[in-house]
Amino acid sequence: MGRRILALMIKEFLAILRDKKSRVVIFVPPLIQVLVFGYAATFDLKHVPYAMFNEDSSTVSRELEAGFRGSPNFKEVARILRHSQIASLIDRKDVLMVLHIGPEFSRDMAMGRPAIIQVIVDGRNSNTALLTLNYAKTVITSFNNEFAAANGRTGPPARLETRAWFNPNLESRWFIVPGIVGLLLLVVTILVTALSVAREREQGTFDQLLVTPFRPAEILIGKALPGFIIGVGEATVIILITVFWFRVPLQGNVATLYAGVVLFLFSSVGVGLMISSLSATQQQGLLGAFLFVVPAIILSGFTTPIANMPHLIRQITYLNPMRYFMIIIRGVFLEGTPFSMLIGQFWPLAAIGLFNMVLAGWMFRRRL
Amino acid sequence: MTALKGTGGNPAASGGAGMRLRGLIRKEFLQVLRDPSSIAIAFLMPILLLLLFGYGISLDAEHVPVALVAEQPNADTDSFAGAFRQSRYFAPVVMPGMREAVAALNSRRVDAIIHIKQDFSRRMRSTDGGVIQVIVNGIDANNARLVQGYVEGVWAKWLQAEALANGEPLDIPVQVEERVWFNSELKSRNFIVPGLIAIIMTLIGALLTAMVMAREWERGTMEALIVTPVTIREVVVGKLIPYYILGMGGMVLSVVMSAGLFGVPLKGSLWVLFLASSLFLLAALGMGLLISVVAKNQFVAGQAAIIATFLPAFILSGFLFDISSMPAPVQVITHAVAARYFIAILQTLFLAGNIWPIILPNAAALLLMAGLFLGLARRKSGKRL
Amino acid sequence: MSRPDPRTATETGDIALALGRVTKKFVSGARRVDALQKVSMTAREGRVTGLIGPDGAGKTTLMRLVAGLLVPDEGTISVLGIDAVRDPLDVQSSIGYMPQRYGLYEDLSVQENLDLYADLKGVHLSDRPGRYRELMAMTGLGPFTSRFAGRLSGGMKQKLGLACTLVSPPRLLILDEPTVGVDPVSRRELWAIVYRLVRDEGMSVLLSTAYLDEAERCDDVVVLHEGRILGSGAPKTFSGPMKGRTYRVRVPSVKNRTLQERLSGQPGVVDAVVQGEAVRLVMSNAETQAVEKLVEEMEGALIEAAAPRFEDGFIALLREMRPPAARSAADTGRAVAAAAGKDGETIIKVKDLQRRFGDFYAVKGVTFGVKRGEVFGLLGANGAGKSTTFRMLCGLLPPSGGTLSVAGVDLRRAAASARARIGYMSQKFSLYGNLSVRQNLDFFSSAYGLSGSLRREMIEWAFWQFDLGPVADSTSADLPLGFKQRLAMACALMHAPDIIFLDEPTSGVDPLARREFWQRIDSLAEKGVTVLVTTHFMEEAEYCDRMAIMAAGEILAIGSPAEIKSRARTTELPEPTLEDAFIALITGTTEGVAA
Repeated sequence: MGRRILALMIKEFLAILRDKKSRVVIFVPPLIQVLVFGYAATFDLKHVPYAMFNEDSSTVSRELEAGFRGSPNFKEVARILRHSQIASLIDRKDVLMVLHIGPEFSRDMAMGRPAIIQVIVDGRNSNTALLTLNYAKTVITSFNNEFAAANGRTGPPARLETRAWFNPNLESRWFIVPGIVGLLLLVVTILVTALSVAREREQGTFDQLLVTPFRPAEILIGKALPGFIIGVGEATVIILITVFWFRVPLQGNVATLYAGVVLFLFSSVGVGLMISSLSATQQQGLLGAFLFVVPAIILSGFTTPIANMPHLIRQITYLNPMRYFMIIIRGVFLEGTPFSMLIGQFWPLAAIGLFNMVLAGWMFRRRL
Repeated sequence: MTALKGTGGNPAASGGAGMRLRGLIRKEFLQVLRDPSSIAIAFLMPILLLLLFGYGISLDAEHVPVALVAEQPNADTDSFAGAFRQSRYFAPVVMPGMREAVAALNSRRVDAIIHIKQDFSRRMRSTDGGVIQVIVNGIDANNARLVQGYVEGVWAKWLQAEALANGEPLDIPVQVEERVWFNSELKSRNFIVPGLIAIIMTLIGALLTAMVMAREWERGTMEALIVTPVTIREVVVGKLIPYYILGMGGMVLSVVMSAGLFGVPLKGSLWVLFLASSLFLLAALGMGLLISVVAKNQFVAGQAAIIATFLPAFILSGFLFDISSMPAPVQVITHAVAARYFIAILQTLFLAGNIWPIILPNAAALLLMAGLFLGLARRKSGKRL
Repeated sequence: MSRPDPRTATETGDIALALGRVTKKFVSGARRVDALQKVSMTAREGRVTGLIGPDGAGKTTLMRLVAGLLVPDEGTISVLGIDAVRDPLDVQSSIGYMPQRYGLYEDLSVQENLDLYADLKGVHLSDRPGRYRELMAMTGLGPFTSRFAGRLSGGMKQKLGLACTLVSPPRLLILDEPTVGVDPVSRRELWAIVYRLVRDEGMSVLLSTAYLDEAERCDDVVVLHEGRILGSGAPKTFSGPMKGRTYRVRVPSVKNRTLQERLSGQPGVVDAVVQGEAVRLVMSNAETQAVEKLVEEMEGALIEAAAPRFEDGFIALLREMRPPAARSAADTGRAVAAAAGKDGETIIKVKDLQRRFGDFYAVKGVTFGVKRGEVFGLLGANGAGKSTTFRMLCGLLPPSGGTLSVAGVDLRRAAASARARIGYMSQKFSLYGNLSVRQNLDFFSSAYGLSGSLRREMIEWAFWQFDLGPVADSTSADLPLGFKQRLAMACALMHAPDIIFLDEPTSGVDPLARREFWQRIDSLAEKGVTVLVTTHFMEEAEYCDRMAIMAAGEILAIGSPAEIKSRARTTELPEPTLEDAFIALITGTTEGVAA
């Protein structure tokens, strides 16, 4: 039995790797994507372009201006002289924010009355707008504190002392890049496995296979292993890129990480074979793969938190293997979560994989 | 037999272009009507994706679980905790000590800890700071930043209310007056749903045409088709028109759902939307045609359509991730993604209105891409095998 | 202007098509294929020119070049006086081209397909009703205009494809393998239509075929082999030189198959095939004594001279280029000794077998039995239910009704090890195309559980017996069809099965390879291996001990070739071929239904 499975596995490997096109499709796009997406997928804002509209040419308002100019988060790209210019700058996306200091600013300051600075942000991208507002408030708060201290005023009350654990500088790359590991592993394994049976069906070799003394379980294992091994290999390369190129700290245990990788591959290979066993043609296999991969990516917490989803959709995410893997890989990478705390993520992966494998094996003989 | 030679002579010259085109278009429509899968791709998929993505992708954190730890609970800390309870952003849990709170943070039961230190009542009015410590789980950096902002907001609001109640206003030298244009409530759905339309149109346009053309090659009908007197332009146009109409149907459906179901306002005019969508659809169809002409095989065509259209449209288009935050080389790459131009137009058109300085250059880019893809598809698909 | 003007005719030389030293190469990966090498030929107006040759000879490439779908690397192509390289659109306006798969839209109805092609070819709306009437009358599709093309039978699809090609009458009609997979009745009808077109409408026809008997129906033939022209002219120019070299030999005490095996490969023998009640011999020269000498030791041998056929000339031409291999195909059975068992035991039993797809019965109540060591044939056109029956026997498809057993078990339910007793070779020679020949052999030998020295031995045997050594490391998808067929057979035989299933094992393979194949089958049967084979080549059925003729999911007749032919024997047709018998059976059933 072992020898036959080995022969089947070697055959699968050769079938995938002997063809130059499929070699390229399997190895090149993931590497390019991890690099490009690793840089592209970021929520971090740096150098927000803004315009200054200062109608109060006093020392104090210039000090406030300097606060913004000195912040690494902002970049002044225009100065405005007339009110009418605000709209055109924001409309055209030349600036994300306009700071408007009114003519009474220094007078109000001098009299101890609250002076107003108007912060106008472009809300088209709500996320950027929110971050921009937060950054602007930080700059103004520190200005207030310094001003109060320098002028002997009571100043604003206690500030919050904020710390972020696991990712002290709040770099979204630390969050996204490990996610990309999961994304690419899913895409590659599903593409490799979802078409493997359909391709043989179209070429007629699946019949040939079924009339040999192979048992369905042997065929299943022989078909699952190559996707699995390619997946582990690719995972290793992408994890190395994550650690050494993107410098995402790997806090946890490598063995725990690989336990997660192996179980995730097991479940996604299972889904791939399931799709494969259901489809009679490669086109159906491809559509099936597509209909699984796209929602799996969206509903995994890869880019946006699952907690933000409505209740019903949150329930659906429990069927998604990628959801569990996102928690595992981010936990191991950034928090150093130990194995024991991840068991709640491991067993659903194993269950999804097992369920799909068994069903796929059963379907091999049914759908002919 | 004279007639026979006459008609056999040169029908191409006998002005049959209109007739040929009509024949091709009618054939395509009949095929679409009889093939449930293309109807499904054109109409069912937009509905499904819009529902899934529209609800599934949200950056608005609500009811974020936070742990509240007060070292010296008293009326002030209770009142502060109340402020968290009233905020729709938070679902606070009061915990007796930091040990429990840290355990909760580590096991992800809470996303943040609000640690109120000793002497809160006394020190909260002083400027020395450090009276409240906020610890957030920084793994999801974006979410963490948003949570921080929300905590600051609750804190500022509570202080203001306290000060007012005590009749001693706060001394804040410079006050911020926020003005958020176009999306005053900062709902991420308003920003995501218009972009979603572009993603869905990419899928329909590229996937549908890529598959359909490849199918003709595989079934051998293309060979019979191109050996008739049709010109290759007629073949291409004969494919474009039906799928353009189908794609626009999907588009109208998406727009109606965006406005009706998700309540995204449409500030700009419909005809601009129509024109911009047409341009984008042409570019997407052109891309699909090009993929299928080059691949000539459904498998490669489908794979290329996923790798070359969906993933870039998702990540490199400004749909979710701001293009201006990307490193310069990546920004250059995004210029090759047609969806980026359409998403820029859509976000502006829906939320801001007909802002020509945004619409025109992006529309021009779409026109260029449509021309490029269609031209390439036309050139690659000459009447040869 | 019913006939071409004599003056223009002389000016154009009455030539519909002329190719001058046309070369076309394809590059697939690292491999270069010379599809056509310096091919020069002409086809005359108002005649049927046949392109004859096995798969891969370059027939389709030549036709695509003529239709302006491909550009030649070198050479000139003139179609109806138009340069096909420079003005493909002009050529396409005056020709009709039917590609191999008819180019029909299967999800459109008959009428919609016709309308589409009428639109594309610019047929005037006012001219259409008349033209449609003519075409429907000619093809007999009139009653089916609203049926989807995908729901038509193979023969009807082919006629619809032809009707679409003819919707605007072309001056030159190009048909690429129009008769492949079509039943003999439809084939005859198609030929009748083609000749009507030539006679009534003055059309010129260029058609390709792999059926050698069809060559004789052409006015002129061009024989193409591996991208070169072996010869051209009227069919008689091929059979003529064979005059006096063809014989029918019969030895009452010896089975025809055995006799054929003994005769082939003997000195002076170019070809020996089983034909009807005798073995047909083609000798290298016209000397009756040579034949007499061959059979002098056989008792009661009868020799009679036979009229030469096109096929005889064709085989003689091929033999000149490819002398028979040193090792004999007839040895194939040696290493594959079947397990001992009672001779005459019925090893495959099928009773009332049914298979339904939706509301369509692909197989409706089939009953037959196959004895150990027998070569049993399932005959019929595409869609007759052969392959469905076959797949049910192999356990690949569950039957909807009835019972079956192969070597005492139902392979679908039996333990996996039971499958080690059968060998299976499918229609498409299903091998792993992107694996090399050696990798395929390695894989299948392991799949059947061979190991150690036995495995090495059998792989060596396969290389030697099937002459695969020279291509051991080639990617199997790139091999010529004949090699693929041999490799597929090697893979199916390495584990020495008792029963082998062969689904259309010879389709598309050249006649020499087909002869070799049947020798192997024969030698396997001699060793007690049971062979179940499907085919749509009627003449191949002569090699079977017994056979069943299937049509529309039912068995029309079952018995030995002689028994089946005897049913069609009439006074006008004293010695019917199997094809005649088949047609008699089919028309018999339709009459029966009508009555």
